[in-house]
Formats: sequence, C-alpha cells, structure tokens
Amino acid sequence: MIKSFRKNIKGILIEGLTLSSALLIIAIIVVMIVVIVIGGKNQISWEFLTSFPKDGMTKGGIFPAIYGTALLVIIMSVAAVPFGTITAIYLTEYAKENAIIAKVIRFAVRTLAVIPSIIYGLFGLGFFIKFVGVQMDNTFLGGQLKWGQPNILWASLTMALLTLPVVIVSVEEALKTVPKDLRAASLALGATKWQTIWRVVLPGSVSGIMTGTILAVSRGAGEVAPILFTGVAYYVATLPGSFSDQFMVLGYHIYVMTTQSANVDQTLPIQFGTTLVLLALTFILNISAIILRYRIRKKKTN
Amino acid sequence: MTVEKIHTENMFLHYGTKLALKDISIKIPEKKVTAFIGPSGCGKSTFLRSLNRMNDLIDGVKIEGNIFIDDINIYDKNIDVVTLRKKVGMVFQKSNPFAKSIYENIAYGPRINGLNDKKQLDEIVETALRNAAIWDEVKDRLGDSALGLSGGQQQRLCIARTLAVNPEIVLMDEPASALDPLSTSKIEELIVQLKENYTIVIVTHNMQQAARISDNTAFFYLGELIEYDKTKKIFTNPDKKQTEDYITGRFG
Repeated sequence: MIKSFRKNIKGILIEGLTLSSALLIIAIIVVMIVVIVIGGKNQISWEFLTSFPKDGMTKGGIFPAIYGTALLVIIMSVAAVPFGTITAIYLTEYAKENAIIAKVIRFAVRTLAVIPSIIYGLFGLGFFIKFVGVQMDNTFLGGQLKWGQPNILWASLTMALLTLPVVIVSVEEALKTVPKDLRAASLALGATKWQTIWRVVLPGSVSGIMTGTILAVSRGAGEVAPILFTGVAYYVATLPGSFSDQFMVLGYHIYVMTTQSANVDQTLPIQFGTTLVLLALTFILNISAIILRYRIRKKKTN
Repeated sequence: MTVEKIHTENMFLHYGTKLALKDISIKIPEKKVTAFIGPSGCGKSTFLRSLNRMNDLIDGVKIEGNIFIDDINIYDKNIDVVTLRKKVGMVFQKSNPFAKSIYENIAYGPRINGLNDKKQLDEIVETALRNAAIWDEVKDRLGDSALGLSGGQQQRLCIARTLAVNPEIVLMDEPASALDPLSTSKIEELIVQLKENYTIVIVTHNMQQAARISDNTAFFYLGELIEYDKTKKIFTNPDKKQTEDYITGRFG
C-alpha cells in the first residue's frame, strides 16, 4: 500500500490551514497585549494612577477616571446583583419548569443580552433622564433641573440593565448546583420554601453569585456606549460626590484622548497607560471569575 | 393494645396520566416499626412520601382518598404542610447533610422554628445525637463540617437532625441501602431503639432487614397493597401467592 502523494499533500495543507488560522488568534491577542504593555508600562506610576489630568488633559494622571469607573461598577452592582439574584431565584425555585411565564422571562433575558449597548444608552437617556429624572425635578424641585440630566446614578442604572442578563444566568447556574436532596431535607424538617432558599440554597450558591457579580463588573467596567448619553463626562475637575454628579470613566477617557485631544501625539503615552490600566482591570476581574467558576464546577462534580 | 397512628382509606395517587397507587387502605400502629417491601417501582416509596406530603413537590402528582394521622386528614385544605412535616420527619435514601457543621445540621430544625438560645440548642443537639447513637463519635468535633463524616455516620446524623425537630413519626426511605454491613447494622439497632418513642415507617429493598426490625410488613406490588400483616406472618405464612413468591425470591 503506497500512500497517495496527492492525498497526503492535501491532508497536510488542510491541517496547516486550520492550524494557522488558530495561531492567528493567538498572534492577535499577543500583539495586542505586547503593544499595550510596551506602550503603557513606562507611563504607569503612582502619580499617574493617583493624580488629576493637567494642562488641558495633555499631562497628569487618570485618577478621576479610575475613581469614576470604580464608583460606576459599585452602584451598578448594588442595583444589578440583588435584582438579578431575585429574578434567578424566581426562575429556579418558584417558576414551574414549563410555565409560560418562565419561558417569557427567559426569552426576555436572552433578548436583553443581545441588545446592542448603544441602545441601552438611548434607553437610559429616554427613560431615566427624560422620564424619571424630569418627573423627579417637576415633582420635588418645582422644575429646577437636577435629576433630568446625565449623572452617575442614571449611568449606573443603565449599566445595571446591561449587565443584568450576566448576573441572572450566573446565579441561576449556581442555584442549580445545590442538590435537590438538600432542598428536600430542609423541607422535610418543616422549613418553609423561603427558609430553605435563605438558609440552604443561597449559602450554597454564594460563589456563583460572586462569579456573576464579577463578570457583570468586568463587562460594565469596559463598556462605554450605555453611559455615553447618561452620565459620563469629557472632563470634570472634581470627583463625583453625589448621585447627581457627572463622572469620568477609563473607557471613555481613552476615546477622548485619542479623538478629542488637542494634541493626539503628545498624549499618546497617556492613552497607552489608560488602556493598560483598563485592560489589567478587566483581566483581573475575568480571571477571578474563571477561578470561582472552576471551583463551583469542581463542587458540582463531587 | 396498639394505638393507630396513621391510616389511609381508598387512597389513589396519579402521576400525570399514570396511576401509581391503587386503592391503598392501611392502618399503621403507634410506636411500632412498619416496613414497606416490594420490587422497584411498586409504589412503596411514593406511598411513604405521601405521608408527609413530600409528593407535593413533584409536578403532576394528584392524590384521591384520605390519609389520616391522629385522625386528622393531612390532605385537608386547612392543613399546614410545614407543621405536618415537623410532626412527620423523614430520612432519605442518600444521606443529605447540609454543608454546615455537625452542630448546625442538628440545630437547623430548631433554628427554623425560631429557637436561638445557645443553651437550649446545645441541649437539643446533644440529645438528638445521643438518640441517634452518634454522640460519642462526634462530641469532640461538633464544629467540623458534616461532610467529613463517613457515609454511615452521615446517615445517623441525618436521623439525629430529624429527631431534633421532635417528630412523632419518622419515615425512612431505604435509609441503609447505600451503607456497608456494619453501618447498616448500627442503623437497624438504632431503628429498634427509636420505636420506644417514635412511630417508624421504613421502606426497604432488603427483606432480611424488614424481617429483623419490623413489627408489621406491607407488601406492595404494581401500585397495590397486596398484603399487610404481622412481619412474622408475612415472612412465614403469607396469605397471598404473590407475597410468597416475592419473599422467597421468585421475582423482584
């Protein structure tokens, strides 16, 4: 049996083609990281991380953007995690498997997850600012403009909506890892359904809820579109001190520096530095989520 | 003189479109061990779970007829299932301790009833563990995770957890089927001790086990209660041919 040379060549070519396209992916990510790290590493200093931009944002640090990003994701989590967890509890613990209401909710969650983020931004503008905010101003402040304009609260709530599907799906997954046997044990001891959820199911899903939170935070930290119309600012001289203040954010700061800066070349190191900080932040968050998720999976298989 | 604790009258159980239990009428005496035997799928576990309404949790289960405990119809509209389950405890086939400490596993039941007094809880935990014959093995490590115990210890812990709620009836669904012979014999000894204070209903695949520990035995087959009598009679001189075939190992 002599191997057909032509067939052999064809096999090698196909394997080579598939391998090179796979390697291309690695190359892209490596180039991306290397370029950002090389460009940004000299920029990173204690001063860069802790000071305000200076000289029309051509010098100085990015502290307000870091602070704003942190505050944004905290307020967002405070809104999205309880809301998402409660929804997930309804779906896994209360709704009947094939009930229409559960199917509709799941469909809505999936739909929320695929809506382009800019649409969330527009929704936030239309709903939170133009409707809720304006109503609040009219009702409580006699029409004086305070809540009917972009601020960190509306931006965070818009972001919370965007990250809600991530939270719901992660928490649902975590709740499902708690064995049915344990629910049965609790109920057989005379616990009510809620006592069972509160004392057995939720403590057993803490790491899943954490994973959902971290994934949501990492998604939220990187997104710009939803906050574009709802609260992020080009530059603010003070840190946000109230829910009605505008704020700066890392992702938007990169956009501003690369497109709106008076001297784009001069601010290049700042752009790289900001990008590196944002990248590092999302990486750290995602890795912690992966580790937590791995632990849950391990627990599930035990 | 035996007092009747549980009795059912013409009880039928539908699972979706399937009739899982047919016309079950039985009287279960107080402070005795009653064993349910029969081949897999005969309905004995389903019947057991009807006695504390754990079947309520399964979609599509419908029950007709009546089940009385202390002459109260437990399927009456006004019955609070939570209170019922405190009175009718259950031990499952697979031991299912919570991922909590040994102490907290036992204290779980009292705590959900609103008891938080440390001294009282300590007392309940100790009594329950002693009654389940596991106190000596765990008294020095009550704070350790219950998941670190052996299978047999976990099952006795689950029995202790059930006793801590102070039930009158303890339902056991093949409590020793996943255990080694030594752990099994410990559980069996324990069951015999428990009948002094509790009414025990046990489902078992193991006929020797039923013969060893029970006072009465009910034989289920294809959703029907074929024969129910004193254990001695069932195992030596059953009335029905199907019972005899089953206990002599001709099928099942």
